[in-house]
Amino acid sequence: MIPEFGHIALVIALCIAVLQSVLPLAGAQQGNVAWIATTRPLAHAQFFFLVISFGCLIVAFLQNDFSVKYVAMNSNTALPTMFKVAAVWGAHEGSLLLWSVTLGLWTSAVAAFSKTLPNAVVARVLAVMGMIAVGFMLFILLTSNPFDRLFPAPLNGGDLNPLLQDPALIIHPPMLYMGYVGFSVAFGFAIAAMLAGNLDQQWARWTRPWTTTAWLFLTMGIALGSWWAYYELGWGGWWFWDPVENAAFMPWLVGTGLMHSLAVTEKRGLFKSWTLLMAIAAFSLSLLGTFIVRSGVLVSVHAFASDPARGLFILIFLGIVIGASLTLYAYRASSLETRVGFAPFSRETFILLNSILLVIAAGVVLLGTLGPLVFGAFDLGSVSVGPQYFELVFLFPMLPLVLAVGVGMHTAWRSANPRELFRRLKWPALGALVAGVLIPWLVFGSVSLLTAVGVTIGLWTVIASLIDPAKKVVGKGPRITRGMVAMQLAHLGLGLTVLGITVTSAYTVVTDESMRPGDTREIGGYTFRFDETLPITGPNYEGIQGVFTVSRNDTELTQLKPEKRVYRVQTNPMTEAGIQGGLGRDLFIALGEQLGRGAWSVRIQYKPLIRFIWLGCIVMVIGGLVAISDPRYRQRVTAKAAADGATATA
Amino acid sequence: MIRALTFSLLLWLSLPAHAIDPSDKLEDPVQDELYQRITEEVRCLVCQNQSIANSTAPLAADLRREIRRMIEEGSNETEIKDFLVERYGDFVLYRPRFRSWNLVLWLGPIVLLTVGFIALVVNVRRRKNLPVDEDAP
Amino acid sequence: MAGKLKFLIPVAVFAGMVAIFYQGLYKDPTLVSSPFIDKAAPAFDLPTLYDDQRRMTEREFRGKISLFNVWASWCPGCAREHDMLLTIAHTTDVPIYGLNWKDERQAALKWLLERGNPYEVNAVDRDNITGIDWGVYGAPETFLIDADGIIRYKHIGPLTPEIWAAEFLPRITSARAMLAGAGS
Repeated sequence: MIPEFGHIALVIALCIAVLQSVLPLAGAQQGNVAWIATTRPLAHAQFFFLVISFGCLIVAFLQNDFSVKYVAMNSNTALPTMFKVAAVWGAHEGSLLLWSVTLGLWTSAVAAFSKTLPNAVVARVLAVMGMIAVGFMLFILLTSNPFDRLFPAPLNGGDLNPLLQDPALIIHPPMLYMGYVGFSVAFGFAIAAMLAGNLDQQWARWTRPWTTTAWLFLTMGIALGSWWAYYELGWGGWWFWDPVENAAFMPWLVGTGLMHSLAVTEKRGLFKSWTLLMAIAAFSLSLLGTFIVRSGVLVSVHAFASDPARGLFILIFLGIVIGASLTLYAYRASSLETRVGFAPFSRETFILLNSILLVIAAGVVLLGTLGPLVFGAFDLGSVSVGPQYFELVFLFPMLPLVLAVGVGMHTAWRSANPRELFRRLKWPALGALVAGVLIPWLVFGSVSLLTAVGVTIGLWTVIASLIDPAKKVVGKGPRITRGMVAMQLAHLGLGLTVLGITVTSAYTVVTDESMRPGDTREIGGYTFRFDETLPITGPNYEGIQGVFTVSRNDTELTQLKPEKRVYRVQTNPMTEAGIQGGLGRDLFIALGEQLGRGAWSVRIQYKPLIRFIWLGCIVMVIGGLVAISDPRYRQRVTAKAAADGATATA
Repeated sequence: MIRALTFSLLLWLSLPAHAIDPSDKLEDPVQDELYQRITEEVRCLVCQNQSIANSTAPLAADLRREIRRMIEEGSNETEIKDFLVERYGDFVLYRPRFRSWNLVLWLGPIVLLTVGFIALVVNVRRRKNLPVDEDAP
Repeated sequence: MAGKLKFLIPVAVFAGMVAIFYQGLYKDPTLVSSPFIDKAAPAFDLPTLYDDQRRMTEREFRGKISLFNVWASWCPGCAREHDMLLTIAHTTDVPIYGLNWKDERQAALKWLLERGNPYEVNAVDRDNITGIDWGVYGAPETFLIDADGIIRYKHIGPLTPEIWAAEFLPRITSARAMLAGAGS
């Protein structure tokens, strides 16, 4: 019965979403207060029924109800409980339901935390989000129902893909979805503003915290995914430029641009049409990402479902949602011109440069991701676009971007004095340059041009972010607002990530060795001794564990225990790397094949500064948290602002 | 154009198990470096989006062996890539080669950067002459 | 006017993308075009399965339209297509040559003994040397080669009656017509 409840709850949620996309919008456009008043109750009700539906699916998993096809395919009685819960979103149908629940959560959150906004605005925003919800729930019910029954029910299930049986995978998809579904709020605000024909600085102030919140979830989600790939896929890479990764990265790039552009729109009333376009683009790319992952148009390591019928549905849905919003944009954007200027050397110019470069970066990723598809679609030829392509072309927008960050954050609004800025920044910049060349050379013995550039701009961004706080500590700095702290933290994080990427790419030592128990190897100044192998038995797998002792200068540091597992149901051998992490470096061992006569193939890696990649992301997220904690986003609409809102229609 | 279908996923579902092949080392460090670089850039055709350096598929092992043999015989990078493209098509290389039909991959980023730069300059020049604040004279 | 037109660019770009997606939806992304179509069969010189001393080369294909089938005894797809190969061998006059690929001789001989032998001759490519020269991905694969030793078609995966009727028969008919035309 429980799966049927879940199914019915989903149908009810769909009906509510239909109402939510019609009534509030009609009310807002016609000034019908009673209809507008339905907005918030409908939003909460939709979320409520989605939670019930989702809960029913979780229960079906916990009860091992293999008469539900989706459960039978993705779970097993021997699967540990926490992975049973994660298995709910481990495959296509359930992950779409999670998508919908996430959208419901955002919808409900907007309804709850928008008390200070005019009701008509909230009505329009939630109506737009309701339309997205209708599309997704229809998609689930028509093509991918997770509650479909299976008769006769099998005695046991097909188990969750062993790759996904990992703690990080419990929170990675929800984080990621919170991120890119979260851009639906900014999208909703953008459409609402265009429908109302009114976009002012107040609008930007409302939109900013929602965008930042979505962005920080997405940052977290991407970082977790990369971390998971690093230790779970088993060969020590942390980013593969796989279509699925790109699908999450493109909205992140545009979303980052959107946050910056929104700041200008809020502060200066500028870049309105550009901000709108990025709000539409960030969410459109999220939808596109869903399309890329779900429909099998691209070959990828982790795409779970390939089905043209599903693909066609999403394509039509994308066509309607994005097509309609861009048409509306074409119709409205020209009326949003503002006659406000700024000097060529000013914060505005830098932020414009920033968002243009971020959009170009997203465009380059899009080109490489969809390029093979385009050539295939027109029978031009088959081509692969891999890391070697992306790593090269991505540098062109990214190098100038990161270089500009440190300058831009010290540039004044409206008009800045380049000479004064040069005087202030020349020593920090020179320091970054000298350190960027010398430090890698002294520590690692050699330095290439690209590495020196990478370390320099990474250090430069870190130093530039710390100049003002350092002055403050010494007691002669300017007042630092919470918004500035947020910005400094986020940019500090960026600098750390750039440092991590550069150093780990340049100085990782990898070696594949054939080792017998008792053998030792020296890598990166560490001695690795292969002690023994032990059989291991997990709840749903068997395996072999290698025991390695790592020492440095005859001092034992740690034991690393890489594993090779064979899961009972899906019998693919899985590699669990043995990693000793540290801020300065990771030591990484993966166990390969048994080579005979007691020997094993072993991959040993020394990866300097790799943790900086994720540490930087964490610092960025903290920056985002500080930004949304700014009390000015919770101020009531003042009489003046409300009046501005009413008259600012261009 | 006639196309060929790779096998059903059931036969070829390759999880990203990674190849660790300790025999994969060439004596000459320069040759070894070339070997690593090329195998990282050659796509394993029967896997889902993996290079032959990282794949345990038998075909990937055969291609590694062939590349190794060619390097030992003194072939350079271009010759080895030509050899592979001749047999498996452009699909085999992760960094696309310049072709008339895929120029957009390489020109696209340049065009985007140019357009972006022009847009920046046009906007900044236009805004330069406008009043700094709406209510300013 | 140009100022307003620029706001139409995003929707125009998007419309183009939708068109491309629509095209891409019905293509299998794992499809890879073979670079060998309409090219001469790559040279090889391999021992044959039944007689280690006898050699088979690409010259064997001359003078008739033939199939070259890549197979191995460990390959499940080959088991599935074996009956189809036998049918072709018994009911048509298209000879089938085999490339016994990455296989053990004994296992291959046992396979043919148990299931019947559709092949004229089998070349043995234990170490995937010729396989790589022919751009073989895996087994089974079937090449259609015309009387001049030119590869006309390549099918990857098990051969089925549908694929035979749809892809092979029309090409065989047209190749024969060309041959007859050239001969008269």
